[in-house]
Amino acid sequence: MATKQIIHGVFGDEVPMMEACTKLRAAGIRIKDVFTPFPVHGLDSTIGLPRTRIAICAFIYGITGTSLATLMMWYMMVHDWPNDIGGKPNWTYYMNIPAFIPITFESTVFCAGHGMALTYFLRCWLVPGAKAKNPDPRTTDDKFLVYLELNDEQAKKAEAILRENGVEEVNHKGTLHIEPAY
Amino acid sequence: MNTDKLNFTFPSKAKMASFILMAIGLVCIIAMFMMDHNEDPEYHNNRAWSNIFAGSFFFMAIALAAAFFLGLQYAAEAAWATSIKRVIEAVTMYLPWGLSFMMLIFILAQMHITHIYHWMSEGIADPTSHHYDKIIAGKIGYFGTFWWIRTVLYVVGWVWFTMKLRKNSLAADKLDIDVNNSYHWKNVKLGAWFMVVFAVTSSTSAWDWVMSIDTHWFSTLFGWYIFSGMWISALVTITMLIVWLKKLGYLEFVTESTVHDMGKWMFAISFLWTYLYFSQFMLIWYSNIPEEVIYFQTRWESYKALMWTVLFVNFAFPMVMLMSRDSKRNFFFLVFVGGIILMGHYLDVIMIVMPGTVGHHWTGLSWMEFGTFFFFLGLFIYVVLNALTKAPLLVKNHPYLQESLHHSI
Repeated sequence: MATKQIIHGVFGDEVPMMEACTKLRAAGIRIKDVFTPFPVHGLDSTIGLPRTRIAICAFIYGITGTSLATLMMWYMMVHDWPNDIGGKPNWTYYMNIPAFIPITFESTVFCAGHGMALTYFLRCWLVPGAKAKNPDPRTTDDKFLVYLELNDEQAKKAEAILRENGVEEVNHKGTLHIEPAY
Repeated sequence: MNTDKLNFTFPSKAKMASFILMAIGLVCIIAMFMMDHNEDPEYHNNRAWSNIFAGSFFFMAIALAAAFFLGLQYAAEAAWATSIKRVIEAVTMYLPWGLSFMMLIFILAQMHITHIYHWMSEGIADPTSHHYDKIIAGKIGYFGTFWWIRTVLYVVGWVWFTMKLRKNSLAADKLDIDVNNSYHWKNVKLGAWFMVVFAVTSSTSAWDWVMSIDTHWFSTLFGWYIFSGMWISALVTITMLIVWLKKLGYLEFVTESTVHDMGKWMFAISFLWTYLYFSQFMLIWYSNIPEEVIYFQTRWESYKALMWTVLFVNFAFPMVMLMSRDSKRNFFFLVFVGGIILMGHYLDVIMIVMPGTVGHHWTGLSWMEFGTFFFFLGLFIYVVLNALTKAPLLVKNHPYLQESLHHSI
């Protein structure tokens, strides 16, 4: 059974926090997460987060919206009951395609937008009644928190690096017991 | 930062290229005027003059939209574009040249040397004349003297704003430290006022100068359609210039994120153009009112290939090519796509102008269109690069300079 220490490095400013993160990574220490009161540009790459895949989701949702709208309008306006609007009978879909473009566009945007938002909420589990996972409420005010889960040897190294780079507090939050997978 | 790369020197190769383009263009223009005749007595070198108009208008519009973009950055107090401000300014410096060509065309049209404006014909409002046109006679109060007053106001107003923005920007460079950012705030105010002026004049000038070619026809959306076209052309021009300068070793301080942002603008404004182009088309197509439909009927009958090309190149192409983040960060790709969009928007201007002047005499794109384009392109390159040598490539006193230099997304 492996034991890991939970360490909170609390900073008062984003610049030393970023520097500390760069040095931690250079020393081969994995940063579990960082909590900040506002978005910090360049943080993702500094702490080595992989690129977001939400854009791929958005594309798939968008394509879904396009297809759904096309299918719906083709069924309603052409297949089931051809409508004649403004002297333009809907015998085929392609002949009246300009009239269908706005709905297609709106449906695409609707599905992409809502799909992205829902995916984000579900992925982060921001559902009604969800408990805040914030380790320290001061990160919603003016503190920047580097969250680490490390073994004893790395923890000592990490604490030294944090102290060298202007950390305000280093809080030890107990240990985490990890069962081996085998 | 490499300080000896802060001042741009005009590469002799580029100078040569711009002169060669101008020379080829000039030869083509002369040949075009000699060859552009047909049996129609009402046809007075219309295609040649329309090409001149398209070339003058397209590059004037790029400079104008660049001035708008610059004013927008000031009015919005945007930080990201500070590092490319001098490039945008250099593009705006073509504006007096472009407007001079426009004025030349207008004066020649008033002297009845060119006939691209139907409403300028002699006796158009005179019931006894054989040129009499009842519909235009009803609109003549808006044209004539009133039109000329408006035209002069646009030209003077736009040039004044552009030159003033540039002057303040250069004046700020002369100071060691601009303590209260006085020149910046002057430009913020100027930029905000320019937004107000431009909001009105961009639409009305498009009606006056471009839509009045098809005098019988009107569309309230036309101004925004023209505006979106000039905006995307300006964004492409600025992006291409930035990438080219970076390749020459200048603009080291412009981050990849800034270029990425320009790519996003290109992507977004391509959609704005498509949105407006399609909105105009769909409303006219659906309502099917003869006096409106005539505009697209001419294009559908004699310019069908051009119409589809413009829609494909300016909408589908940038949508597919610029969608991913990687493509917007690949400089070669950005320039390649940008070049094709730029040509697409020149063809768009051709498609706007030609049916009203040349009509069914159109025989398809030829060396005439490309030759005229080359002449104005050469002149544009020369004027813009020359303006770029006049000031350091990085502004000195600007409150958001550091933020821009560290721009990261």
